[in-house]
Amino acid sequence: MKLKLRVWRQRNTDAPGAMATYEVDGISQDMSFLEMLDTLNEELILRGEDPVAFDHDCREGICGACSLVINGDAHGPERTTTCQLHMRSFKDGDSIDVEPWRAAAFPVVKDLVVDRSAFDRIIQAGGYITAPTGAAPDAHATPVAKPDADFAFEHAECIGCGACVAACPNGSAMLFTSAKVNHLNVLPQGAPERETRVLDMVATMDAEGFGGCTLAGECATACPKGIPLPSISAMNKEWLRATRKVRR
Amino acid sequence: MEMSRIMSWTSGYLRFSVPRMALATRTDRKPPPTRTFWGSTVGKKTVMAVSGLIMLGYLVAHVMGNLKVFFGPEEFNAYGHWLRTMGGPVLHYEWALWIVRVVLVAAVVGHAVSAYQLSRRDLKARPTPYAHKRRRASYATRTMRWGGIIVALFIVWHLLDLTTLTVNENAQPGHPYENVVATFSTWYGNVIYIVAMLAVGLHIQHGFFSAAQTLGMGNATRDRALKALAGVLALLLTAGFVSVPVAVMTGVVS
Repeated sequence: MKLKLRVWRQRNTDAPGAMATYEVDGISQDMSFLEMLDTLNEELILRGEDPVAFDHDCREGICGACSLVINGDAHGPERTTTCQLHMRSFKDGDSIDVEPWRAAAFPVVKDLVVDRSAFDRIIQAGGYITAPTGAAPDAHATPVAKPDADFAFEHAECIGCGACVAACPNGSAMLFTSAKVNHLNVLPQGAPERETRVLDMVATMDAEGFGGCTLAGECATACPKGIPLPSISAMNKEWLRATRKVRR
Repeated sequence: MEMSRIMSWTSGYLRFSVPRMALATRTDRKPPPTRTFWGSTVGKKTVMAVSGLIMLGYLVAHVMGNLKVFFGPEEFNAYGHWLRTMGGPVLHYEWALWIVRVVLVAAVVGHAVSAYQLSRRDLKARPTPYAHKRRRASYATRTMRWGGIIVALFIVWHLLDLTTLTVNENAQPGHPYENVVATFSTWYGNVIYIVAMLAVGLHIQHGFFSAAQTLGMGNATRDRALKALAGVLALLLTAGFVSVPVAVMTGVVS
């Protein structure tokens, strides 16, 4: 396959950036999107140019390190992570636009790499539980109803990649925050911090400069792990409950 | 704090410094409730949802009153008069109407201020647009801001037209039926009204669904029903409101 790439190049956070055009040849349709970028980078290095910086780690769709907005879609046209997106989703001669996540809370570090530490600070605000240390408790010591366990697991699937923020017209982190809040708030292990967790995580999310939710639904469409849109409503319910409880 | 930890390391041994770190959870913390509420995007959305639902309830009552126009001038004008005497004899003349007006003004102000502040925040959160343009979200969702402004401007015109009768040339105070016919006998009266009602319909379609989500009523099984209900509400309200100018234009109401 031969492709025409338009890639966002930016030297550092403060430097102005622009889309640069590259031609890549010899791309196999079995390559992942990141392997295609590796091919481009090998060529750039041989030519003595600066390779395109992008985030990646496990390359098997479970770590949440890879990003990229491909032709306007977070993680590209398939519902998966960029590392699991294969070139068979494109045609020979295609023109592909590759951009970083765009959000005030995710400043560009270099090229396609953005600083997602705002997510870490949201997690620090409430993504923990209080548990006694020592030997692991018996598996049946704290019963969890099956629907609750399923609900928690559905939200625990969030890998914190930030596709929801990238896809949202408002650069909102509501889907990410709701996944983390719902995951712990529904379980008995998360009960001691149930109110402070949602209040603190939402407050940190706001303080980091993410936008608000307008229920556009773009986040849930982009999410590679299928966190559903009603998660946001479930978090709103927890937040309203917490404000009533704290007032008392 | 840092000093005391170093002291415990040097003089006491590990046992003095370790328990302190395990107490980092803040389960006892109580933020001031009003700051939490109005200072949060979720709180402002809640204000939007509640004020929006108040206005939606008013619109349902409004459209039912409007449809009385099809029963002739006597019934419509009697209904218009009753709006001023409702709540009596407990409430004085027009008191109930003024209570409704005060609640509505509060809802409009709350809705508009939250919308303005949230929109500014949302626009600031995406300072650099994507180079690859793609249409995001549904038409109703994308037109919420401009649609809201159009509806707000329409409300001003609507009050000047049919409440204060300032811009209605052939208006006679105390004759609402005749004034409605006068308004919809002008081309601009029809155009302004019908465009605004389409905007109201779109606004309700996305707004009702969003309000339900904001108030925590959404879940995987209920969302389909909520979306359908939003569509039905929007359609019925728009059709009900638009039927009046159409009736005047076609001569059904004259």
